[in-house]
Amino acid sequence: MASPLVSIENVDMRYGGPSGTLAVSGLNLRINRGEFVAVVGPSGCGKSTLMKLTTGLHIPQAGAVIVANSQVTKPVSIVGMAFQNPTMLPWRTTLENILLPLEIVEKHRHRLRSHKAEYVAKAEKLLETVGLKGFGEKFPWQLSGGMQQRANLCRALIHEPELLMLDEPFGALDAFTREELWCVIRDLHASQDVTIVLVTHDLRESVFLADKVVVMSARPGRVIAEHEVPFERPRQLELLYEPAFNEMVQKLHGEIATARVAA
Amino acid sequence: MTTLDTTTPVAVPPKPTFKVNWVRLAPFLYTIGLFVIWEVGVRISGLPHTILPTPTRVFEAIVQYWSPIWKNSIQTLYTTVLGFLIAVVAGLGIGLFIGWSKTIYAGLYPIMVGFNAIPKVALVPILVIWFGIGTVPAVLTAFLISFFPIVVNVATGLATIEPETEDVLRALGAKKMDIMLKVGIPRSMPYFFGSLKVAITLAFVGSVVSETVASNSGLGNMMASAQSNFNVPLVFAGLLMLAVEGIAMYALMAWVEKRMTGWAHRSSMAN
Ligand SMILES: Nc1ncnc2c1ncn2[C@@H]1O[C@H](COP(=O)(O)OP(=O)(O)O)[C@@H](O)[C@H]1O
Ligand SMILES: [Mg+2]
Repeated sequence: MASPLVSIENVDMRYGGPSGTLAVSGLNLRINRGEFVAVVGPSGCGKSTLMKLTTGLHIPQAGAVIVANSQVTKPVSIVGMAFQNPTMLPWRTTLENILLPLEIVEKHRHRLRSHKAEYVAKAEKLLETVGLKGFGEKFPWQLSGGMQQRANLCRALIHEPELLMLDEPFGALDAFTREELWCVIRDLHASQDVTIVLVTHDLRESVFLADKVVVMSARPGRVIAEHEVPFERPRQLELLYEPAFNEMVQKLHGEIATARVAA
Repeated sequence: MTTLDTTTPVAVPPKPTFKVNWVRLAPFLYTIGLFVIWEVGVRISGLPHTILPTPTRVFEAIVQYWSPIWKNSIQTLYTTVLGFLIAVVAGLGIGLFIGWSKTIYAGLYPIMVGFNAIPKVALVPILVIWFGIGTVPAVLTAFLISFFPIVVNVATGLATIEPETEDVLRALGAKKMDIMLKVGIPRSMPYFFGSLKVAITLAFVGSVVSETVASNSGLGNMMASAQSNFNVPLVFAGLLMLAVEGIAMYALMAWVEKRMTGWAHRSSMAN
C-alpha cells in the first residue's frame, strides 16, 4: 500500500496567539486513498479545526500535516469542501454556483471559457447524480434546504478533488432528507475515486457511511480511538435497524460520553 | 331595465369589475388630502400669507415666478446630482478599499464615523475660502454629506462575507482578489444600491444648505432671498420644487435598486 493521502503528525493548533485557545494537541491521524473516514467527538473538540488543518486553511504551530506526500503550508487545491451552511451565492444560478470552483482552481480557470460546454455537461451530470437533474437554471433560493445541500456537494466535487471534506453537512436537515443524502454520499463514494472525510455529531451517520470512525477527545482535541466499521458494502438503510449496527453506535456513544466527562 | 338585466343574464357581459386599487391610489389621495387640509386650515384660521400661505397661493407663486424657479431648480438638481455622482464613485472606491481587509476596516472606520459626525454645514465656510461661493461648494457639500452612507454600506457588504464561503474559496487557492471579485463585490451591490436612496436625499440637503449660505443661484439661494423680501409664497414654492425633485430622484434610485439587485429581494439575504 502506498503512503497515506493525509497524514497528520503530532499537530498542535492554537487560535489567537500564545495565550489563546488550544484547539487540538498531539493530534495524529492517517487517511488512506479511497477511504471514507468519519470524525466524531464532543462539540468544540476541534473537528472543524482538523478539517481546516487538512485543507491548509490553518497552519499548525507544531507538528506536520502532509497531504499527497507534501507538507501543507498553504491551501491545497486537491480538496473540495462542504459545510453545514450551503453558502450558495444567491445571485448565481445553481449551475453557475457549481461552476464557481473552476473559476478559481489554477488548473481549470484558464480553460473554463474555451471549454465551457464540456464543464457545463460535467456539472449537469453531477446534478443528475445527486438527484437534481434539470435544476441547474434555478436560483439557490428557489431550492429547499436539502436540494441546496445536494448542489453544495456538486460544487465540492466539480473540480474532481481527490479529497472531499464534509463538515456536518446534514446537520440542518430533517431526518428523511438526511437519510436520502446519506445514500447520495454513499453512491458518490462508491462510483468515484474519491477519499472522503466526514465530520459529524450523528453517530448513526458515521457508522452507516464510513470505513473508519475516528473518535476525538474533548478540547484540546486528539484522537482517542479509531474503529473499523465491519459492515459490508453496499450498505442499505435497513442496516440502521440491525442489532450489530446499534451496538456499534452505542459503543461510540459511550466513548464520547466518557471523553466529555474527562474534559 | 332591471327586468331586462335579470331575465337575460347570459346576454349581458359580466359587468367589468371596476375594482379600485386603493393601495396604488393611496399616495395620490393622501397628498391631495394633505393639500386640502392645509388649504382649509389656513383659510379657517385666517393666517396671513406672510406666515403660512395656502397651497393655491403657493401654486400661484410657482406660475408667477416660473422662469426663476425653473432656472434655480435646474441649478440645484445639477449641483445635487453632480455631488451625488462624485459620492457614488468615491463611496464605491473607498468602500471597497475599507472593506478589503479587516485591518483597514478597523483603522479607518472610527475616522469615518468622526468625520461623519461633523455637521457638513460647518464645512461650507471652509469650502468658500478654498473655492469661492457658487456651484463648487454646493457640489462638494452634496458630495461630502452623501458619500458616507455609500462607503459604510459597501464596506459592510464586503466585511460581512460568510466565513464559510471564504473558506471554501480559499481552500481552492483563491486569492484575496478572487474572493472580492466573485463574492465580495456582487454581495455588496444590494447594500450599495440600497444606500443610493439615502445618499440622494442627503445630497439635496447638502446642496441646498450650501446654496442658502454661499451662492447666487439655486433653490436654496432663491428661497433665502425670497425670505429676506418677505415673499413667503415663493419660499414655499421653492420647498415644493425641492420636494418634487427629491421624490423624483428617490423614485429613480429605488427603481435602479430594484433593477440591479432583484435577487437580493427574492433570496433571504436582507438588505
Ligand atoms: N477562529 C477561531 N478563533 C478562536 N478560537 C477558535 C476559532 N475556531 C475555533 N476556535 C475554538 O477552537 C475550539 C475547537 O473548535 P472547532 O474545531 O470549531 O470545534 P468543533 O468543530 O469540533 O465543534 C473551540 O473551543 C473553538 O471555540
Ligand atoms: Mg465544527
